[in-house]
Amino acid sequence: MLGILKIAYKLLVNDKGKFAALLVGITFAVFLMVMMTSMFAGILHRSSATVLNIGAKLWVMDPAVNTPANSIPLPDYVLDAARSINGVKYAVPLYSGSALVKMRDGVYQAVTVLGLDDASLYGRPALIEGNINDIYAENAFIVVKDAEFAKLENPRVGTEFEINDHRGVITGIAKVTTSGLFGVPTLYTTYNRAITYIPTTRFTAAFILIEPKSDDAVPYIKQQVAQLGYEALTKEEFMDKTSTFYKYQTGLGINVLIMTVISFIVGLSISGQTFYTFILENLEKFGALKAIGAKGRELIYMILFQATFTSLTGYGLGIGLASILITMARLRLPSYAARITYGSLGFAFVMVVIIASISSYIGVRKVLKIEPFDIFRG
Amino acid sequence: MATVAVKANELTKWFGEGEAKTIAVRGVSFEANFGEMFYIEGPSGSGKTTLLSLISGILKPNSGTVLVEDKDIWSMPGDQIADFRLNKVGFVFQDYHLFPRLTTVENVAIPLILKRHDWDESINKALEYLDIVGIKDRAYLQPVKLSGGEQQRVAIARAIASSPDILVFDEPTASLDGDTGRRIVDFVKKNVLNDKRCIIIVTHDSRIFEYADKIMKMEDGRITGIVKGEQREE
Repeated sequence: MLGILKIAYKLLVNDKGKFAALLVGITFAVFLMVMMTSMFAGILHRSSATVLNIGAKLWVMDPAVNTPANSIPLPDYVLDAARSINGVKYAVPLYSGSALVKMRDGVYQAVTVLGLDDASLYGRPALIEGNINDIYAENAFIVVKDAEFAKLENPRVGTEFEINDHRGVITGIAKVTTSGLFGVPTLYTTYNRAITYIPTTRFTAAFILIEPKSDDAVPYIKQQVAQLGYEALTKEEFMDKTSTFYKYQTGLGINVLIMTVISFIVGLSISGQTFYTFILENLEKFGALKAIGAKGRELIYMILFQATFTSLTGYGLGIGLASILITMARLRLPSYAARITYGSLGFAFVMVVIIASISSYIGVRKVLKIEPFDIFRG
Repeated sequence: MATVAVKANELTKWFGEGEAKTIAVRGVSFEANFGEMFYIEGPSGSGKTTLLSLISGILKPNSGTVLVEDKDIWSMPGDQIADFRLNKVGFVFQDYHLFPRLTTVENVAIPLILKRHDWDESINKALEYLDIVGIKDRAYLQPVKLSGGEQQRVAIARAIASSPDILVFDEPTASLDGDTGRRIVDFVKKNVLNDKRCIIIVTHDSRIFEYADKIMKMEDGRITGIVKGEQREE
């Protein structure tokens, strides 16, 4: 059998023009599909940046909240009630809101302000400059050095600004694992300073962050929070909810899906058409092989091998190309969101298998139909 | 006494149905023996290629039998008939049907590879067959770089690579000039034919009749006569 597959391999790769066209088709399709899905995965990942960066295990919120960016303030009693639930190690409020920063040159810049619980600073970021205790200093803010950092004119420790007519001072520069989605810089401060400096509604806590005593306590805590009419989600559940919202309720998912389907169709068209032409050109030869004594299933193996080899090579090239491009883009453009996930790779693989299957099916049908007698007839 | 290689009994083959029905072969019976160059000759549309297909296991007759080693080949199931073609019959097609993307030696090795021989072993054996047909020095060229006569030799090497009992040639000289055609058939008679092999040639090229041991004439799907080579009409 190996010999037959070797013949198939040589027939395929020695036809350099067609082989190149097949590879280009599949590589291009995989590249586009991976780029589209990776970009989408990156956007979804960034949409949960607050959840990832704060890192709390349980998040209490209004059930109507879909993303960390559109919180509904929680009444104070919810915090007290959460603290009294069996299995809760501690529960703290988190302020999350937007504000305008007026920089020294008079330019305004929108920012996201996260107010951490004054006592515990639960969810504080890792600092690359400054001391975390300086957050308690007068007018102190910590700025996140992410893709949006430059929009605040690259502040340093000691840089002053205005925020809602209050003086603000940078006391630390932090790093986070994930940049936000909306292109605005992030400032951390204490909860009380946040609600003092920024206009708020009657209730001020965007979320209540809970640290359970153990993972076993999580279901009970969720149940108790639900009885209050609110929702407690684990970090992963909150990220899923956020992703689901962006996928299905914003139009983002369907648009990316359409682009991905177009990529698939382009790849399928190029590869399917080229493979079909390849089979047509070799049809008489396949007929001759049949006449010589090749069995139908051996010809099927040859075609399947050719389609599989081409598809997997194209898949590898497409993934490689997308990886190189994404890596280079991320090195040059900090705000570039795309990230290759196993989901993207798996999706592209399934699509390639479909392309290979359809191409093979067309080829196999054609080859099985050819009669050796047709070769004699000429 | 000559041993029978192929025995055809009352072979009939038609194509189409109703008004479109065309009878290509009508109750043809004959025997071809080992050690014999057996020609099937006739004008275009006389049914000679169809007959060749019937006796080589390529096209199933509507009625009649084809006996090889006293076994009716058309009583075999699909895979066995493919094995019969692979092991017992060597084909030289009119247009050679060589794979342009494979080298000459790889083309010759195909029947051996189909017989599940190891790749390297098949290539080595194929080189021996190319040596027999006198173009070993062309082994690693692609067929398109060979002349018509050389391509014909490659096709012959491929046909004999599986050591078949029966070799069938379909219009072997149709694409060759007179001299090359004669040289090829002369070569086949001297080097490929032996007493354990029967060669059946479909042709209407009278220039190569001199090499025939028997010539069976066909017209309208019927045999109009079988003559020994030396009794042929020039």
